[in-house]
Amino acid sequence: METLTALIIGILTAASVYLMLARTFMRFLFGLILLSNAVNLTIFASGRMTKGHPALVPYGADAPLQAVGNALPQALVLTAIVIGFGLLAFALALGFETFRRTGTMDTDEMRFAEPKEDEQK
Amino acid sequence: MNWVLVFPIAVPFVTAVIAYLARNYPAGRWISLAGSVLSLVASAALMAAVLREGVIAAQMSNWDAPFGITLVSDYLSAVMVVITAITGLATAIYALGEIPEQTERLGFYALFQMLIAGVTGAFLTGDLFNLYVWFEVMLIASFSLLVIGGGKERLDAGIKYVALNLVSTLVFLSGIGLLYGVTGTLNMADLRGAVAASDNQGLITVIAMMFMVGFGVKAAVFPLFFWLPASYHTPYFAISAVFAGLLTKVGVYALMRMFTLVFVGDVGFTHEILIWVSLLTMFTGVIGAAAQMDFRKILSFHIISQIGYMTLGLALYTPLALMGGVFYLVHHIIVKANLFFVAGLAQQYAGSTDLNKIGGLYKSAPLLAALFIIPAFSLAGFPPLSGFWAKYLIVKAAIELNMWFVTFVSLLVGLLTIYSMTKIWGYAFWKPHPEGYDPTPDRAPPRVTAAMITPIAGLAAMTIIIGFFPEPFVQFAQTAAAQLLDPTDYVTTVLGEQP
Repeated sequence: METLTALIIGILTAASVYLMLARTFMRFLFGLILLSNAVNLTIFASGRMTKGHPALVPYGADAPLQAVGNALPQALVLTAIVIGFGLLAFALALGFETFRRTGTMDTDEMRFAEPKEDEQK
Repeated sequence: MNWVLVFPIAVPFVTAVIAYLARNYPAGRWISLAGSVLSLVASAALMAAVLREGVIAAQMSNWDAPFGITLVSDYLSAVMVVITAITGLATAIYALGEIPEQTERLGFYALFQMLIAGVTGAFLTGDLFNLYVWFEVMLIASFSLLVIGGGKERLDAGIKYVALNLVSTLVFLSGIGLLYGVTGTLNMADLRGAVAASDNQGLITVIAMMFMVGFGVKAAVFPLFFWLPASYHTPYFAISAVFAGLLTKVGVYALMRMFTLVFVGDVGFTHEILIWVSLLTMFTGVIGAAAQMDFRKILSFHIISQIGYMTLGLALYTPLALMGGVFYLVHHIIVKANLFFVAGLAQQYAGSTDLNKIGGLYKSAPLLAALFIIPAFSLAGFPPLSGFWAKYLIVKAAIELNMWFVTFVSLLVGLLTIYSMTKIWGYAFWKPHPEGYDPTPDRAPPRVTAAMITPIAGLAAMTIIIGFFPEPFVQFAQTAAAQLLDPTDYVTTVLGEQP
């Protein structure tokens, strides 16, 4: 199971790096989404993948009766997903607004805050 | 529970909520100002408690460390929180003059207070994942503040800032995941022991490098700084001042914390890399500044150059060097925020920040010129201003280690800093205005000038005080550095007495 997860993480990362190297900002964002999923899987896998029961304590008991899965990485991933969702929503909105105002998504043409390449000489 | 640790975070949070509800009324800005004053009081109380007890910690919801989230403050955290509150107050006053009503209605003050809350939280947390969360609070607020008000320039800057910072966040996050996988804990004090006890030191060093890259982007060190000069010259001056003062310093603080508390197993390797990174950061930053012709762009490149000095203090890893690093951190926040404030007022008077399009400020606004000289010369390291002592400590530490090349670069960069500062001085203040008119203070309404010059004068006064009476500040930095190098007190305060 660990091997499979590691492979998936590797493929996701490779795909995201490929996308992030593109000139179009939208592709960059899609790469970022993939990368954040790869990172979430990394956290999930680092909590060890064991067969276990839900980390719930039955009514009246002080501790879980059987061996339970590690709940902490799941909590971390949940937090990371929520935060990542918010940030990506912002980034998408920013990309859309930039396209609306400037009419381009090509990062080579986005030189409004900095001098253009040929103007520097 | 130690409430004194909670208030510096809670006050700006609550202020943000109230300021958001009141964003359509003039009361909103006064609520923000009152909140900033309260933050300063809360941080002063924290400082008093830390001075009394050394290190203080609080377990949230009474979950014992290492299971719950810990808030902890040693000398370094306490001084960073105080300086954050001071910068926050200065910006809240400055914003009264600069920020147009339209932007206030968009919730400017709520975002600003949220930013302060995020920065303060990052300084006070004792839990790695919690640090990530504070970074995100800070980031999302800074994204919005950077692009608020719109315009092509700001959106363009925003895209670059957002893109690179999101990538660095993901590197940081995967570092956290892997570190948890190796050690099984996320509490920073607990990590110290767990990392040292780990039998997989090679993997630990790899993780340390991931943290170095993640925090390095935030701190804007070479070669990861490209988002900074692409974005810091576009937002409102109040915003760029608070960014310049605080945001990169959170990265430096995180580096200092992690590479003195947790990743100290292979100092010869990790800190050697940091030395070279610092030197290149110092040098490329100051060369970049020399090539620019815009008030704020020069200052932006200077931030990068100065960051190099701070990380150098960490990289040399001696008591004297770390002490210099801490002193530098504090001095730099005051000075750098102030220079951006000055740039804003210069723009109000002269109509631009492009050095080719302005001039004559010395003749028409001598007070502003005097107030520019203080932080500018302090930044360049002129005695007896605060920057001199900061540079002196770092250079002395390098000499004591017989690192002559490091000493040479530090002094050379100081010299080049003076060059680009005299460029601003010569173009903006001395030469006559190219369009032939005198930039007069009358161009700005008196209310605006008053709001903008008060924080400039206040911060300049602080620079002078630190410069002429460095003794208590140096002693404070010495204790802070001693605590960083020997975190036994930090660890026992968080985890309780170890058997």
